[in-house]
Amino acid sequence: MTKTAAFEAGVSAALANEALQHALADVPAGFVAGRARQKAALPEFEGLRRTARDIRDHTLAHLDAYLEEFERNAVSAGSTVHWAATADEAREVVLSICRAAGARTIAKSKSMVSEEIALNAALEAQAMEVVETDLGEYLIQLRGERPSHIIAPAIHLRAGDVADEFRLRHDHLDASRDLATPEVMVAEARSVLREKFLAADVGITGANFLVAETGSAIIVTNEGNADLTMSLPKVHIVLTTIDKLVPTLADAWPLLRLLARSATGQAFTAYTTIVTGPRRPEDDAGPQSCHVILLDNGRSELLQSEFRPILRCIRCGACMNHCPVYCAIGGHAYDSVYPGPIGAVLTPALAGVGEAGHLAQASTFCGRCEEVCPVEIPLVSMLRGWREQAFAASDDWRSRTFLRAWVQLAKRPRAYGLAARIAAAILSALAGAKGILRRLPFGERWTRQRDFPAPQGTTFQDLWKRRERDEGPAP
Amino acid sequence: MTDGYARRPRVGLFVTCLVDLMRPSVGFAAARLLHEAGCEVVVPRAQTCCGQPAYNSGDRESAKTLALATIAAFEGLDYVVAPSGSCAAMLKLHYPRLMSGDDDSERRARGFAERVHELLSFLVDVRGLASVPGNYAGKVTYHDGCSGLRELKVSGQPRQLLAMMPEIELIEMPATQACCGFGGLFSIKFPDISNAMVSAKTASIDQVAPELVLAGDLGCLMNIAGKLSRQGSKIGCRHVAEVLAGETADPPIAHPRAAS
Amino acid sequence: MSRNRILSAVRGALDPSHAPARRSAASARIASAPKHPRPNIAKLEGDERIARFAECLAALGVDRIEVQAADEVPAAIATYLSARGLPLRLRRGEDNILASLPWHHASDLVVDIGPAQADDAVGLSRALAGAAETGTLALASGPGNPVTLSFLPDTHVVVLCEQAIVASYEDAIARVLAENGGVVPRTINLVTGASRTGDIGGKIVMGAHGPRRLAVILIRDGAQRT
Ligand code: SF4
Repeated sequence: MTKTAAFEAGVSAALANEALQHALADVPAGFVAGRARQKAALPEFEGLRRTARDIRDHTLAHLDAYLEEFERNAVSAGSTVHWAATADEAREVVLSICRAAGARTIAKSKSMVSEEIALNAALEAQAMEVVETDLGEYLIQLRGERPSHIIAPAIHLRAGDVADEFRLRHDHLDASRDLATPEVMVAEARSVLREKFLAADVGITGANFLVAETGSAIIVTNEGNADLTMSLPKVHIVLTTIDKLVPTLADAWPLLRLLARSATGQAFTAYTTIVTGPRRPEDDAGPQSCHVILLDNGRSELLQSEFRPILRCIRCGACMNHCPVYCAIGGHAYDSVYPGPIGAVLTPALAGVGEAGHLAQASTFCGRCEEVCPVEIPLVSMLRGWREQAFAASDDWRSRTFLRAWVQLAKRPRAYGLAARIAAAILSALAGAKGILRRLPFGERWTRQRDFPAPQGTTFQDLWKRRERDEGPAP
Repeated sequence: MTDGYARRPRVGLFVTCLVDLMRPSVGFAAARLLHEAGCEVVVPRAQTCCGQPAYNSGDRESAKTLALATIAAFEGLDYVVAPSGSCAAMLKLHYPRLMSGDDDSERRARGFAERVHELLSFLVDVRGLASVPGNYAGKVTYHDGCSGLRELKVSGQPRQLLAMMPEIELIEMPATQACCGFGGLFSIKFPDISNAMVSAKTASIDQVAPELVLAGDLGCLMNIAGKLSRQGSKIGCRHVAEVLAGETADPPIAHPRAAS
Repeated sequence: MSRNRILSAVRGALDPSHAPARRSAASARIASAPKHPRPNIAKLEGDERIARFAECLAALGVDRIEVQAADEVPAAIATYLSARGLPLRLRRGEDNILASLPWHHASDLVVDIGPAQADDAVGLSRALAGAAETGTLALASGPGNPVTLSFLPDTHVVVLCEQAIVASYEDAIARVLAENGGVVPRTINLVTGASRTGDIGGKIVMGAHGPRRLAVILIRDGAQRT
């Protein structure tokens, strides 16, 4: 099965999945409405996007210098900085830190980078227990799934699905307990996870931003799980990528002003934490050591390509909330770590065009994603860029031949006019008086679910010529 | 007139391949409106397709070939106007990008792009059209096609033009700015997603139950009309230019031909 | 070694010959951080600023208790806790200002000191600043206000002096650093409402991992009533 065929099969399954369609009907729409409210309440919103874009562009254009600054300042704050070129290396670094800490239980706060490097499986293979503490991540960890959204990983589940899962998994609890509301389920998850937090030896978080000036990581959550993850265990690992830098704290605020507004439609996330190194001698809480892992995994290559703007991304998820394709099929159908428009641009870069180029095809180029992207990433142009690479590399001779033949025709106005005339006449005759074709030769991919409107029968060029002949030059 | 032409400007009508093949009445409606706006309308014979299908399929070379042919076909005209947001955006925004790296062609494409306009925005923003020949009486809704809306900022102009007809009632559907799922080749490459999207669109339309759905792009209209027809709906679809020009002798898109 | 591999790949992508220029541009930006435009809500002054802070807290569902002077804090906390049927027992850090409060005014309130324990019901901290733009509290870690007090107990009570309400995040951080002798503490916690999640069916539920309930005791001390 080709990648495209596999994708299409996933799409059909997603469209037929009633529970998923139910879930998709509400949640992204709620985020969209929330963002619209925040935008309306902040007249400077569009100006902020420009500022944010410029901050990210400046950082990327000086990335080597800021990486070195960050490292220097993080080290002087007591952190250990590790560099990992590939996913393999990053996993190895995490494993060796955990081994050295004698870790048996590891608490994790949501991190897309850890999904990118498939970290949990690697830790579990070493007999370490990994517990996802973001509630959404916890749910999909229980179900053995992948996040279906970068900020709302369990967006595909409804409350009833969660109740079933809890009854199955939390089997130490009374099987007949009441799980009728999200409130009771959240309380149950909280008490189960609280135990894990208290037992954890190592805490792993991602980072929303790294600050070169101070060597800090900035981490935002609504639940407060990242704060417990970085405060209770004796070791804190910040697993992140080299594109997350900002030069100074002053540069972080415009981005943070946009992040939650674009993501969930909140003005600010409940907890925004600037963490700088391990506990200080005078502190009575906090980890004894703090490790920052800087992963490249293809970013440095993107930096020198036409796709550099994608590295501005602050992972707000607005592009997927506003994407009509994402909202129709959900995140899992993409079968990639990052779904939606950002995923369709990033995944071919991370996995190769051969593996993931088809994702860039699945767009109408409606442009709603780039209209809302807080850092103004030209997502449509980026998608087109992947289509160009795919076309250049393609062995899909059918679409190549078709396109090239059609261009040969379109280059010759007379031949083109003749072909159009014939097509219009035939299609119109086939339709008869009905005005539609219920089936179209070679076009059943259209007519399976839609009628094909019949042409009026003669081409415009012909009629115009006739009119000029009859009436003299047009008005 | 807001563009300061003393004489009648010569406007090249970029017909678009869909209008040429499927619905010439849209071309005549556009010509009528341009005439009303004080323009001389010219239809260059040598035009075919803007090259967008190739461009959006990643075939830059082919797109460039067609772009250069199109630019040549419209040499010497004051304006180039297309009754389609999507084609106009291709000509106006993407031709120069397509030529980047080739200074000479890029210069030509930029010069060309400056003269290109989408029909409805041209009538309002450039020609300041104050009244329209059409006088439709009835309830309509307007679908904002993506390229026109987001790339060319066409949104107020069609509504302004429609409001010039005293007996028309424009009712906005929910999510009027949501994509209909056409997307050119997308609609046949990913028919299931496309169908889900157009089904959402027809559901929005059903909520306001208009007599007519109007839009500025024939691609969207064929998709929406095709879906409405399959759903057995009586709601008609027309290019907004047809209604504005009063060129409504032909039945709406995908509706049965009048018995003759 | 990966460090050099990554850095030279990045340098290569950016034109290696300009590396020194990039380094000096980066140091210059760090030496004098840019002043980005701030939205109006982050520039409010005087009463407008105080009012915005209060509005944001209300919208976030944060309880706000005003007292005229620091002396009134212990009694206000006791009243707040008993009104909500919460245990009259809290834990706080060694913060000077909190320590100097007349705790004996609330004689039935038990006060424990130190980092939070697993079964603490109420945590008390002092915020070093409040940012009016979104009703955000800025807390700094340290023995004065152990960070665990903000996250482990079910109820978090935060004491804030009205003079510490500033317009923006930028101003809030400046205050935190000033109070901390210019040193960046291990964590600066910007708290905007209580812990919440929307992960089960999209419905917002309070108290996901951190506190379900957040209360701010605002000390007006010296401020003129308007
Ligand atoms: S691409 Fe833009 S909209 Fe999408 S997640 Fe990244 S920052 Fe947000």
